[in-house]
Formats: sequence, C-alpha cells, structure tokens
Amino acid sequence: MPSFVDPSKCDGCKGGEKTACMYICPNDLMVLNTDEMRAYNQEPDACWECYSCVKICPQGAIEVRAYSDIVPLGGLVAPLMSSDSIMWTIRFRNGNLKRFKFPIRTTPEGSINPQNDKKGANLNDSCLYNETVMRAPDAAHMVTK
Amino acid sequence: MALPNKPAGELPATLNPEVVEKEVDILIVGGGMGACGTAYEIKKWAPEDCKILLVDKAALERSGAVAQGLSAINTYLGDNSAEDYVRMIRNDLMGIVREDLIFDTGRHVDNSVNLFEEWGLPIWKTGDDGKSHDGSKGLPALKDGGKPVRSGRWQIMINGESYKRIVAEAAKAALGSENIIERIFIVKLLLDANKPNTIAGAVGFSLRENKVYIIKTKAMMVACGGAVNVFRPRATGEGMGRCWYPVWNAGSTYSLVAEVGGELTMMENRFVPARFKDGYGPVGAWFLLFKAKATNNLGENYMVTNKEMLKDYPPYGLAKVPASCLRNHLMLKEMKEGRGPIYMDTATALQTLAATMTPKEVKHLEAEAWEDFLDMSVGQAGLWAGMNIEPEKVGSELMPTEPYLLGSHSGCCGIWVGGPDEDWVPESYKVRDDKGVAYKQMTTVSGLFTAGDGVGASGHKFSSGSHAEGRVAAKQMVKYYLNHKDFTPTIKQSAQELVDIIYGPVKTWHEFKDKSTHRDVNSNFIKPKGFLLRLIKITDEYGAGVSTYYMTSDKMLEVAQYRFDMCHEDSKKMAAGDLHELLRAWENYHRLWTVEAHLRHIYFRKETRYPGFYYKSDYNFVDEENWKCFVNSKYDVVNQKWDTFKKDYHQIINEAAV
Repeated sequence: MPSFVDPSKCDGCKGGEKTACMYICPNDLMVLNTDEMRAYNQEPDACWECYSCVKICPQGAIEVRAYSDIVPLGGLVAPLMSSDSIMWTIRFRNGNLKRFKFPIRTTPEGSINPQNDKKGANLNDSCLYNETVMRAPDAAHMVTK
Repeated sequence: MALPNKPAGELPATLNPEVVEKEVDILIVGGGMGACGTAYEIKKWAPEDCKILLVDKAALERSGAVAQGLSAINTYLGDNSAEDYVRMIRNDLMGIVREDLIFDTGRHVDNSVNLFEEWGLPIWKTGDDGKSHDGSKGLPALKDGGKPVRSGRWQIMINGESYKRIVAEAAKAALGSENIIERIFIVKLLLDANKPNTIAGAVGFSLRENKVYIIKTKAMMVACGGAVNVFRPRATGEGMGRCWYPVWNAGSTYSLVAEVGGELTMMENRFVPARFKDGYGPVGAWFLLFKAKATNNLGENYMVTNKEMLKDYPPYGLAKVPASCLRNHLMLKEMKEGRGPIYMDTATALQTLAATMTPKEVKHLEAEAWEDFLDMSVGQAGLWAGMNIEPEKVGSELMPTEPYLLGSHSGCCGIWVGGPDEDWVPESYKVRDDKGVAYKQMTTVSGLFTAGDGVGASGHKFSSGSHAEGRVAAKQMVKYYLNHKDFTPTIKQSAQELVDIIYGPVKTWHEFKDKSTHRDVNSNFIKPKGFLLRLIKITDEYGAGVSTYYMTSDKMLEVAQYRFDMCHEDSKKMAAGDLHELLRAWENYHRLWTVEAHLRHIYFRKETRYPGFYYKSDYNFVDEENWKCFVNSKYDVVNQKWDTFKKDYHQIINEAAV
C-alpha cells in the first residue's frame, strides 16, 4: 500500500497536536485516527514512496510495501537515519541482502548561517546579494545584428 | 451502506469555516527549490518594515520536487560557459527557447550550488588519484577548486538524501519561521479591484483546520511546480503514485496565473522521460557515468541502427547529443515494430567497469549505482528488490513514461516572464510595469512573479537553477514593492463570496450526501477522484497519451476540447466531505486548466515540434519556416475566452564555432 503503519509500534505520537508523519508527508496522506490513536496512509495510490514518513517516524513504525500493481511481494527497502548519514537495508524477494551507508550532511543540523546581516548593494543591477560582477554574453558568441 | 454518509478522511469539512484575513507586502506561494531560494535571498534586499509571508501546501522540509532527495545536481557550470549552456538547451528543446532567461540562470546557478555545499550538502569529488569520493571525505569545496564528479557535461553527483532539508533550513533561518505558514493551499489569485491587470492577493484554505485564508499583497511569487497526473499514467492502481515527477504537482503554478490573465508560453511542450519501467528511476548516471547501453530485443543499440531517422530533423537531430524527444522517437520505432522490450544493459556496463577494479572498488561502484536510486527514487530500488533484479547480473527494462508538464527539468512549458533589464536583451522580452520599469521574472500580470517550473521557454535549470531563479525573483519583487509602496491592494469580492467559492465543494457535499446510499455515487455531484479519472482518460485517448503512442490530430483535439468544456461545468459540482478531499478537488481543477492549455497550444501549432514527445498525424513534420516561434496564450478574464497567438523568437547566442 506504499507506506503503511505497524499498529503495534505506532503510538499516535503520544496524542500530540500532530503526528510526525502527518507533519511531513508532502502529499497530505498520513493522518491520525484519534479514536485508535494510530496513523494511517489515507490514499495509498497517491503515495510517491518518498519515504519522508518512514524516515521521520520516531517509533520506526512505518514501512513501505511496494505498489501491488507493479511489484511482487517479498522485497523490502528500509532506511535508518542518523544526523550525518543514512543506512539502507535492501532485502530481495529471494532473501539476498544488501546494505549501503551514505553521508547526508557535512554540518550539524541547525547550524546554517542565513547571512541575514548581509545586504545587497544595488537593486537595479542583476547581481544577487553575494555577487559583485555580472557579465553579459560575450560579443564573440552573440549573433551579429 | 451506512446512512448518513460520513466523510472519508479524519478532518471533516464544516459549512462555516473561520475567515483569516492577512495583509502583507510580498507573498511567496510554494515551498520547493524556487520558493526556498526566494526565502533565502529576499531579506538581503527588503527594508526592515517590509512584511513578507510564505505559504506552502506541504512542510518546507520535504516540499517540492526535491522532497525525497536527489542523486545529482543537473546544472553546475563549473568550467563551462553560460553561452554553451544556452546552446545545449536550445538544441535539446528543438530551437525555441528564451536565451536571455537561460543565460541569466547560467550566470547565477553556481552561486547557489556553492551555498548548498557551504550549508552541508555532500558533493562527490574526484581525488588526486582520479577516483570518485563521496562528499563526506573532506576534499576541497567546489569554490576552493575541488573537482566534482561529472556524470555528464552539466551534472555533478551528490549524496543528496537531505538536499531539500538543508535548503529548507537555510530558507527558514533567513525568512524566519514566524513568516511561514505550512499546510495552506492557495486556490485562486485575486486581481485588484481598481488597478487593471494588477495582483492584489490570493485565497486558499488550511489543510488542518476549517479556515479560509484571504491574503492581500503588493507583490507575489507563485512557484508550485509542474503538472503530474494530467495524463493517464501507465500504472493505474497503487502505482499511480509512482509517477516520475512528484505526484503532488497539480499544475497550480500555471492555472493560478492563467486564470488571472497571465500569458503562458510554450505550453505545447511536454516531457516524456524514458526511464526504468514502472519504478521510473533515473537513467542518467547509468548512461553517462557507468556507460551502459540500451538495446532492443535483438540486442541492437537503436540509437545506432535508427541513426538515419535523426537526419529528418536537422539541426536538432544532428547535434552530438540529439534532442531528448528525438532519442524517444528512435526508441518508439523499436517498440511500435515489436522489437521491445528495451533493456538497459546494466550487467555488461558494471562487469566492464569491474574488470579493472579491486574488490573494494567494485563494492564502491555497486554502492554508487544503488545510491542513484536510494537518493531520489527509492521506489525503483523497491522494484528491483521485489523482482530480484541485481544490476550486475541482469539488465532492467526501459520505457517512455506518460507525459508531464514542467518548465525546470528537460521541458519548457510555463509562463511568459520578463528577461533581465539589460541592453543585450530584446525589448520584446522585457515585461514592464505601469511606470515603465522592467522586472525579470515578472509575468504579464503586474506584481506577479514566478520561478522554477513556472518560468516558460527556459528548461534545464533543474534544482539548482530553480533555486537561483527564486533568488533573482526575490530581488525583483523587492524592487517592485519599493516602486509601488503607496499601492493599496483592494479585493473585489467580499470575504463571504470567496468562502462560498473555496468551500463550494463542501457545501455540495453537505447538501446532497444523503441522496444516495453510497458516499461516492450520487447523481448530484462528482468526487475529485472520479473527476481526475475522467480527465486523464480524455487526455490519454485524445491528447497524445501513451495509449496512442503519443499521437493526436486536430480532430482528436477537438473531441478533447468538447469534453473539457463539460469537465469545466462538472468542476462546479465536485463534492468534498473532508479537508483532504477539498485539496484534491481544487488540485484537479488546476489540472484541468493546465492540461487544457497544453492541448490548446498543440492544436494551434500546425506542426510536430517535439517528435517522440507528441505527434500530430495531420502535421507530422517540423516546420522551421512557419513555426520557429513561441506560441503564447492568454485567458481574457473579462470575456472568459482564450486567445492563442505567435510570438517572435530571437536568437541571441550564435552557433558554436566548429
């Protein structure tokens, strides 16, 4: 069903105002049922399998079961995020396993300096705030009129 | 059966939503790469008292086309010139592009890429040993002379899982979280009541609470991505979500602007990427980095065996890299004549590379191949896992997708905007306000700007170029704001009139829901899902979708238009019981406007400008003499009529010296 929630792990983000998956889903798919205090994907055929909900879930309660009209059962692709890397486990239908780890960020989260003290110089030229020279096309490369 | 019928979702829509009215100086609609570029740049130019607001239908951290991540940045010029960048795009898009806009993106784009790296995006590097290293190994940054790993002339490889999170963090830090509202979907833009053709605001609703937002503004940017699921996709079950471009791109950028009379350009252009079948994973690294070949079922490379066909389309077919649509054209011949399936021979490619490598290097190569999917198209990895496809052992099938409409990737449909206010830019490319001042990226509606997928006739900017364009728009909007500081935006409609429009589908639901024992089958309304399925059946069958191998004709397009007219009528009868369904109702309304504009342009252009992306059986040729021009269209808001017309193309950059 694309992403789906394991009811034995989901705690509805402990009755918070919104669940992590609901906060992050770019397509407004993840919702919380407040009676059961469990989240679910309300429109599986609109799921991009972007894994945003899987990656953010604090309980590790969300998995992806690949699209039923495309992919045979039995495979699994599961991420584990840390602050600077992501570890992927890939299990094939035939049971073979592969693991890969990739960096995701070289600086600590929250460390970006937005440079809000810097100001642009001239509103009427074409430079961005941190550019000083803006060249026009080279005459030798232009169509001669 | 369960009367009374209950809404489907968890957040029921009520009949009397709260109205939230806001007034700002600059409004940013969207949260993708373009909007994040604007958010980062704008305070460097805006005075302290300028009030700026960004509204996004998703969460900035994972919003837009880069939500999932990317494995490459497709535009980084490095040692290349912006002039060559123009030449490459001009050929790929069959000759008709805005060279001023492309040149401008080319001269700014590396600046954004350097910021990404400074913020923490890991970028692969080529070491002194000539081998590739991931972006965490501490090799010198690009701006300090670090050498990127090129997967093509213009592309560089990255470890991009968190690309969007990084870019969003910078945007939020710069604009301030207090100036950002997430989960607001803008439905319509509002023109000023007094000043003709001038933007005054926008109206939308919250996806989390029953609230309608009416926002007045002096200047606005709309950057909400391209259009997906406007044609029936190849997968129509759960796999309908696994589209190549993000499934949440509903054409809002184009429809929002078109509906207030903004001029569109090159809406006939579409992109039909040839990708790994069903999973739609990227092929660029396989072709360019791993040197894999695609073959028909006889093992032939159709780019070689069908080479002669390229001669039908000079000069675009004769370039070193033929235009993307023509590469599809050659592949489609194989498929139509029964020599499919087409396979990417991943096994030979990896085995060839591995032959001269140590076991450790082979492991590294394998990781690189998988990262290409895991960074940006995890669903493709899931498909390989479920199908037991290990790329070093077996090949994988390729297939051209359903059509997509976009302006930032390898397509160029979009909105007509002003070019840079510089001497080398033709006057007809400039867009001026009522004071005669020209603004880059301003649409033909005064005060309304766009970026990324919105900017027409200038494709191949990708993630980095869209960010740069967003930054350029930021500066231009501040300039516009300062020139119109005394302007007081006035909205024609009352708050109640706007609520009645936005919550119309909710009213319809409440009025008729118990006239049937089924929640969705009711003779008084149509649900958004049913509406979408009807729309994409029409476009697929009559508008050059996959079911006719991308073939249409004027006669077929006339049938499509006849049916679109009825879709417009029925769009007023969409019903939504909960807030999620209300979102889908308005997204599908945006899809209708967008794809209708697309087919109107194809109808107007009496030739086949993009063979391999679409064909017109009645004009199946490229006509350089009569049609080497832009096709633009404009919706007349007073008379409610479309006008479609030619606009002159100007070549600025000459042909490459050979």
